[in-house]
Amino acid sequence: MNEMTTSQPPAEVQAGYGFWATMAEAFREPGAMVGLTIVAFITIITLASGFLEPYPLREASCPVFAPPSLHHWFGCDDGGIDVFSLVLHGGRISLLVGTCSAVIAIGLGGAIGIVSGYFGGWTDVILMRITDYFLVVPQIPLMIVIAAVWGASISHVILTIGILMWTSTARLVRSQVMSLKERSYVRRVESLGAGHTRIIFHHILPQLGPLLVANTVLAITVAIFNETALSFLGLSDPDAITWGSIMTHAFNRAAISSGAWWAIVPAGMAVALITTGGYLIGRAIEDALNPRLRISYLSPREWKLLPTAQPRKGANG
Amino acid sequence: MAKRTDYIWNRIGVAFITVFVTVAFNFVLFRVLPGNAADRIARIPNASPALRHALEVQFGLDKPLLIQFLDYLRQTAMGNLGVSFATRQPVADLLWQSFLNTIPMVSLGTVLALILGIAIGVFSAVRRGTVADHIVTAASVIFYAFPTQFLGMMILIAFSGVLPSAGMVDPFLLDNSVIGQAIDIAKHMIMPVLTLVLTLCAGNVLIVRSAMLETLGEDYILTAKAKGLSSLKIIWSHALRNAMLPITTMVAMSLSSIVTGSILVEVIFSWPGIGQALYQAVLQRDYPMLQGGFLVITIVVILFNLISDLLYYRLDPRVN
Repeated sequence: MNEMTTSQPPAEVQAGYGFWATMAEAFREPGAMVGLTIVAFITIITLASGFLEPYPLREASCPVFAPPSLHHWFGCDDGGIDVFSLVLHGGRISLLVGTCSAVIAIGLGGAIGIVSGYFGGWTDVILMRITDYFLVVPQIPLMIVIAAVWGASISHVILTIGILMWTSTARLVRSQVMSLKERSYVRRVESLGAGHTRIIFHHILPQLGPLLVANTVLAITVAIFNETALSFLGLSDPDAITWGSIMTHAFNRAAISSGAWWAIVPAGMAVALITTGGYLIGRAIEDALNPRLRISYLSPREWKLLPTAQPRKGANG
Repeated sequence: MAKRTDYIWNRIGVAFITVFVTVAFNFVLFRVLPGNAADRIARIPNASPALRHALEVQFGLDKPLLIQFLDYLRQTAMGNLGVSFATRQPVADLLWQSFLNTIPMVSLGTVLALILGIAIGVFSAVRRGTVADHIVTAASVIFYAFPTQFLGMMILIAFSGVLPSAGMVDPFLLDNSVIGQAIDIAKHMIMPVLTLVLTLCAGNVLIVRSAMLETLGEDYILTAKAKGLSSLKIIWSHALRNAMLPITTMVAMSLSSIVTGSILVEVIFSWPGIGQALYQAVLQRDYPMLQGGFLVITIVVILFNLISDLLYYRLDPRVN
């Protein structure tokens, strides 16, 4: 009993590492708030695009490649279609592709990582060999081959991107689970007779929360990014309006030789913005999970030793 | 000692298995294509049964799948990747030519991006928290966030008219001397290489910066500082040397983005390399080219992964 009480303080420190504690710490960083604002702004605008689009998407509302003006903020494309409306509308499918692919990738990666790390043994060996293969194989060429064989459509693009993106998540989750399952609190519930399912869902998965959130956010942006690449290579649905297809279309219709940068820039900026936002959020969560990054012994400003446990002290007292 | 040689053989073995799996995957994937293989070879939608049968016999499609697979393995091992549907020329020859065109452009871009990435990343990590660091990090994140084709198009707009925008050589060049032709190729290379460097460099800066930040927090840096070593010496021989391990791994992991970047760059600037070959193969539904291109790219990536594994082993004596 005495031993139990002496090992109590570290358990309390553990509590500071819970899902919300880590998220709160991540969002204390200004970068993360900037990222969150960007992502939220784009998501809201995109969801409301039906009400915000000023001009129709399938019929001309201005001259071919008309430059930006008061009526057409982002100018017009080769068919006389308002670029502002296109970009607003394009966000829908781009975000849909990003979210669906990310959910597939993180679900698959998380499941494989947990099973592999928790059960170990042969399951681990086999699953990790498969992961190794997909980790090494060049993804875009594989996506090209699969998309070319399978046919171009948005659902195929989502599946292809999702199925090929899970590997790094699986690796990360596996190594986390391997260390988590050796922790004393997992050992204790195990000795109390908890089954594998209960341990995984009640004691391991919550600990993985922040990592999975960080990975999902990053995966969404990578998926949006990959969709633009597939679209550029002519492998996305030619009828769907996405940020990728807007750029591809402008490139194919000589926007560059016409000097019509406005047909390309808004869509590219939208991709860059959401990727930046996702990166800032993802990195802040990862940094919050890795307190070692907060120490530097070669500080340019002043020579001091930053205490590792600084934020946790605040949580205790 | 024996353990270390085991490690090398293990890595080489895994690389071979990976190549084999890709070859097998290639076989399976293109057998599940919609439609009949003979139709695709004939390129006639409604070929007569007699013609179909003749083609099937000619290409060995009437044999059992296992025999077909073994035939395919044998031919692939001998370097026969089939005949292009579009040009009726051997795929291996076409790919070899494209590959030779890809190498100078992509290797120059990758090496430049690596050198710049390490230099800027180290600078940013050492000056962490300063204005310079914030600017570098912000710029890297933004450039990292732009799609390659977007950067390429912006560069095209910026330099159109000043530099040649498409292809590798000027077909109407009158200068026949070696130097004149070399200058011509170099001019064509500026924009693709610049795009590739911009795409890859930002990622490298972020990788190097975070790897350096990790090592700068280690106790041996504190020890080195206590010994009175100069900052430059600490950075160069203590921090960067140890940061090289994670940097090697992460650069190897970004091989895939190098491949992606090169394919997009080649398509934008019509560079007659392997990415362009793959793109044309997609447009023309030229499956042997697609299959061959995918195989070649995979083998190259696996090879570089193997090299990075061996490099890691050279750098880190603790690997067993």
